[in-house]
Amino acid sequence: MLKAKQQSNSANNARLFAALGDNTRLQLIDRLDSGKPNSISTLNAGLKLSRQGLTKHLHVLEAAGIVKSQKVGRELQFLLKPEALIPLHSYLELYSEQWDDAMTRLRTFVEDE
Amino acid sequence: MQDKIEKTIDLEAPIDRVWRALTDHHEFGAWFRVALEKPFIVGEKTEGNITYPGYEHMRLEAMVETLDTNALFAFRWRAIPNEKGESPLGELETLVEFKLQSIESGTRLWIIESGFASLSVEDAARAEALRLNAQGWQMQIENIKAHVES
Repeated sequence: MLKAKQQSNSANNARLFAALGDNTRLQLIDRLDSGKPNSISTLNAGLKLSRQGLTKHLHVLEAAGIVKSQKVGRELQFLLKPEALIPLHSYLELYSEQWDDAMTRLRTFVEDE
Repeated sequence: MQDKIEKTIDLEAPIDRVWRALTDHHEFGAWFRVALEKPFIVGEKTEGNITYPGYEHMRLEAMVETLDTNALFAFRWRAIPNEKGESPLGELETLVEFKLQSIESGTRLWIIESGFASLSVEDAARAEALRLNAQGWQMQIENIKAHVES
């Protein structure tokens, strides 16, 4: 049961990191991190992207669950979903688990003589 | 964001035995599973291929900061892809400290890995992409847990 959960977490993380593995998208996340919704024109300020290019990136982020779009009047606005980035913080958990395993190997190495 | 990992373990072995297991690069490599090419020397770099199953596509690079016999062993390290011409993963470099203390039953060892807070989201993404490349690493962790807890 634990194994299945870890495998699905791994797949989710893979999607998450694929979505994040792009400098433009990382910049967009930075801009979205204000807590308030942003329109496409606000997000595009200073970025040298076509509206189409920007929209494409936003859709990738939306598909990965990192942003959410909502229509306000005639305008599409985007909101960051910070909870989607929690798996990023859990990489510390993964390193921590690795140290647990390494310590077990060290114990076996020094004690079994 | 949390900046460090801290672990403690009590080992039933004398302090100099533990010190040797940590600071002799052959012994370190044997339990850690990395084929370090050079000894640990303060101010010098050593590196080598990781030999842990599933991670053989990675290399470890370590720069030794402290070798304080039977007390503190510290180095900065990073993992890099094991392919010629591949550049290291952003600025993902952390500090590892091993602190030792003699106790009645043997040796108490602290392992502290720090420096994670300086990781950018980009570095974390790249680092995780590399780790996820490690085929079946989660399977390995599960296998080990099952093995030692049986």
